[in-house]
Amino acid sequence: MKAMFTSFAAIIVIAVVASFGLERAGFSSEEVNAGASVRLGKDSQ
Amino acid sequence: MLRVALALVLSLMLGLTAQAQTTPDRSATGGAQTLADILARQRGEPVDDTAMRNDTGNSEDVAGAAQLGPLGGTSDPEVWRAIRYGSAETRVSAGGEVASVLVQDGGMKWLSWRDGPLRTYGGWLLLGTLGALVLFYLLRGRIRIDEEMTGRTVTRFKAVERFGHWLLAGSFVLLGLTGLVSLFGRVFIAPYLGREVNATLLNASKWIHNNVAWAFIIGLVMIFVMWVVHNIPNRSDITWLRQFGGIIGKDHPPAKKFNAGQKMIFWSVIVFGTSIAISGVSLLFPYELPLFAKTFAILNDLGLPGLVGMEPLPVLLSPQEEMQFAQGWHAIMAFVLMAIILAHIYIGSVGMEGAYDAMGTGEVDEAWAHQHHSIWLDEMKEAGNDAPQKAHPAE
Repeated sequence: MKAMFTSFAAIIVIAVVASFGLERAGFSSEEVNAGASVRLGKDSQ
Repeated sequence: MLRVALALVLSLMLGLTAQAQTTPDRSATGGAQTLADILARQRGEPVDDTAMRNDTGNSEDVAGAAQLGPLGGTSDPEVWRAIRYGSAETRVSAGGEVASVLVQDGGMKWLSWRDGPLRTYGGWLLLGTLGALVLFYLLRGRIRIDEEMTGRTVTRFKAVERFGHWLLAGSFVLLGLTGLVSLFGRVFIAPYLGREVNATLLNASKWIHNNVAWAFIIGLVMIFVMWVVHNIPNRSDITWLRQFGGIIGKDHPPAKKFNAGQKMIFWSVIVFGTSIAISGVSLLFPYELPLFAKTFAILNDLGLPGLVGMEPLPVLLSPQEEMQFAQGWHAIMAFVLMAIILAHIYIGSVGMEGAYDAMGTGEVDEAWAHQHHSIWLDEMKEAGNDAPQKAHPAE
């Protein structure tokens, strides 16, 4: 059971790291496909 | 069988039908589309649009074209036709190749395929699998351990093996559920719980699906590296298959670490999982990793579409079409793997007594090991890995 719960924790860690990592590396769709003249996310409100 | 499967998959994805196209008589409209063409298109039938496709003007044929306006000798309808059929030379200052596609009618074909056959056949495949498993359980019942429990256990899977398995399994369940929410949310969640709830779920699903995918890929690599040696087919698989693995009847054929059924699951996970992972990465980085034009060219070179009576596959795909094919393939492979994994979950839990312990604690009773993996148990004993241990209660 310990291996199972460790792996579930690992899934969460990997997902969070992937999300922050890709965002920081400039891979968000916003950064890849939109320019400064396109209003997206917080700036559009 | 392979031919039929290939034809089915390709037909589903390309939305092709077996109907032969004949060149219609368009003399009454001077070559333009007729009412019959429009009605046929509305019925979803293929329409021979070669004449329209090629009727995009030619400035060089028009006398004094240089003195004409910006379009030269080309008329507005001709320009629009070229844009609509993707043959216009469109130049853009930003956005690259993707932005140069101004009209992409393949998007409608993809959307109606995703909202229609994909949901229908995919949904029924999962429900049918669940139904078949319930029926099987009612007819066969739980596969019990025939021999008396010995109280001695043997280590079936080490911690790292269980970690890899659950990393793959946990991420696959999350990816499957979030994928299903993305596909079915609009028809099964929004009408009952409201659009706001559906939108929130979709947003969360998107984040989970995009980021948990990496755990799935790591898990896939881990189980491949750890278990590939044990999953190479051998002679004992023939005996196992001949006796239906003891699932039907009372015989329990000998097996090594993995029996033929488990090997089929393993290779399904590797083949379908890899295909899902590659198409998924292509979707995660839109337009960066196109897969299909090249694949179709290779299939055409091998003559596979011709073998199943199909026209050669398209090899000139717009960036958007590449993404549409990637999504279609990703979903088809995922539905097939989900159906297989439902059967795997059944046999590893309620379907077989003692099976869960192998992945839960990693320890199985020698009676269970003798019944289901007798050759492997003998090997373990010879290697001295059968030191008596206290049996763990089933978790």
